Amino acid sequence: MSEQYPALLVVVPLLSALLISAAGWLKKRLCFPIAVVALGVAAYASIGLLIRVLNEGVIIYRLGGWPPPWGIAYYVDHLNGLVLAVVSVVAFINLIASQKSIEEEFPEKTGAFYTLYVLMVTGLLGIVVTGDAFNLYVLLEIASLTGYGLIAMGQKDRAPLASLNYLYMGTIGACFYLLGVGYLYIVTGSLNMVDIARILPPLYQSKAVLTAFIICMVGVWLKMALFPLHAWLPNAYTYAPSASSSLIAPLMTKVMIYVMIRLILTVFTPQFAFSNLAISNSIVWLAVLAIVMGAILALAQTNLKKMLTYVIIAEVGYMVGGAWLGNRAGMTGAILHIVNDALMTLCAFMVVSNIVYKVKGYAFEDLKGLLRKMPFTMGAFVIGALSIIGVPPTCGFFSKWYLISGALKAGHYGFMVALLFSSLVNVVLFFRVLEISYYEPFSNHHVGDHHPEPMAEAPLTMLVPLIIVAAGLVLVGLYTGDIVNHIIQFAIPKGIV
Amino acid sequence: MGDLIQLLVAKYNYWIYITLMMIGLYAMIAKNNLVKKIVGMNIFQTAIILFYVSIGSKKGGTIPIIEHGHGAAGSHVVHAADYINPLPHVLMLTAIVVSVATLGVALALAIKVYERYNTLEEDEILAQIREK
Repeated sequence: MSEQYPALLVVVPLLSALLISAAGWLKKRLCFPIAVVALGVAAYASIGLLIRVLNEGVIIYRLGGWPPPWGIAYYVDHLNGLVLAVVSVVAFINLIASQKSIEEEFPEKTGAFYTLYVLMVTGLLGIVVTGDAFNLYVLLEIASLTGYGLIAMGQKDRAPLASLNYLYMGTIGACFYLLGVGYLYIVTGSLNMVDIARILPPLYQSKAVLTAFIICMVGVWLKMALFPLHAWLPNAYTYAPSASSSLIAPLMTKVMIYVMIRLILTVFTPQFAFSNLAISNSIVWLAVLAIVMGAILALAQTNLKKMLTYVIIAEVGYMVGGAWLGNRAGMTGAILHIVNDALMTLCAFMVVSNIVYKVKGYAFEDLKGLLRKMPFTMGAFVIGALSIIGVPPTCGFFSKWYLISGALKAGHYGFMVALLFSSLVNVVLFFRVLEISYYEPFSNHHVGDHHPEPMAEAPLTMLVPLIIVAAGLVLVGLYTGDIVNHIIQFAIPKGIV
Repeated sequence: MGDLIQLLVAKYNYWIYITLMMIGLYAMIAKNNLVKKIVGMNIFQTAIILFYVSIGSKKGGTIPIIEHGHGAAGSHVVHAADYINPLPHVLMLTAIVVSVATLGVALALAIKVYERYNTLEEDEILAQIREK
């Protein structure tokens, strides 16, 4: 059974999505349980796969038994084993947490929502597990198209337009990636990532390979919203329904960063990306720009959700910069930050979805008095905020530590300063939110008969997953050493020191 | 000048795809109407499909079905140069499906926008958003 895990990961959610859409017409009550079972199986399989990779090394799974490079092969190594586990677990926790808010926000569309949700997770898991460059494109479009749908279900005024803008940019990004793969196919005649990496080395001087690399990178950067290409992200994530934004915000950008790292490490090899091309320094400066601009734009926001979207843009800069520093510490920081940032963003957006469920808004003035009204939710928010700022023992501190030591090792002080600057800005951002939520709303009553509002927490099904995620932030922080020594260390090729 | 013409003629498929792609990109950036942008997006995708299809073709190549292959397979040598490369074409079948799906989603979103704002001109929509 465990031999089939790589296929089950993708096939079970895919078929369940069909079942859910049928159940949506026939029996709405069944949609949620089917989705939970499907993503539960996916999470179980991906954790099983990670454990198998830890014990046995790289797993190659041939779909339909066709040998690569003719058939499509799924490769699971330490890098995507880790990312698979994160994606499936985040999607599973968020599904359980968002059941109530889905039923409240669009009771008549639950079937459609769960179908899209499970399909999107199928796409994301497929992107991570596949070892075929073209297959990656198809799954990328599956994840993106469902993402557009999920976003458009949000606020009637703004969400469809935000989603349409995301669609324009996302389609250009995916098309660029496809074009890059086309150039690679012209020079190598292969689509299998490992096969391409085997054929490429004598062709490193070729202009076509250079074009392929740059076009692929630009496509992936568009999809992950690296700073000058970020314009679609804030509106799309802000106006999405809370259940969708807490799925898409933690996962979509992180999976695209995984794709970038996969392209650098496996397809084009670090030797080509870091040594043959003398562009890594300028890309790190681009990341510096992303971090600084993300932080400054976040300061200008007056609502919590939009502020968090700009924090994501800054975090994308962290990971791109870390990956392009070209040394082991930076790459470790970038991979570790994929895990940490997925959890941190999930925590923050789940807090937003709890607040929206109770208060019906996420502007700063809606947050007044929340620290007392929703103590557990805000407690989780404090942990998430500490992690995003980077305070030990939360996990955000450790990945930032690796990134900064990578920057020092590479002698890239600009990147280090940007990381510190963004941490300071995060302090301001999150303490402002906490300050607002500490003070009571201004009441019209006389001082004498002022009695505080009773505690009104979100329902337990939303609260318990949030607390689990918040605890997870601390746990991942405490076990950072193990994650780095047993998993990430093997994910980075020996050539990078 | 002669060199340029030779360059254009020898690699005309690439020039066509780049021209089409730029037309699409221009429409997406410069047009004000949401549907025109969507049409631009579709041209952009079609340009890439054309690129893939053109790289599969060979001079003098025929459809990739082995001649006299039935019954007597393996009895004579197959020259790969006689047949066009079917793989890029097959890939593009998938890409066409993707682009149709994208077009569908985009048009559905445009309908949603139209229902809300009663216009598809982007500046008018933005003006309405700003008014509130």
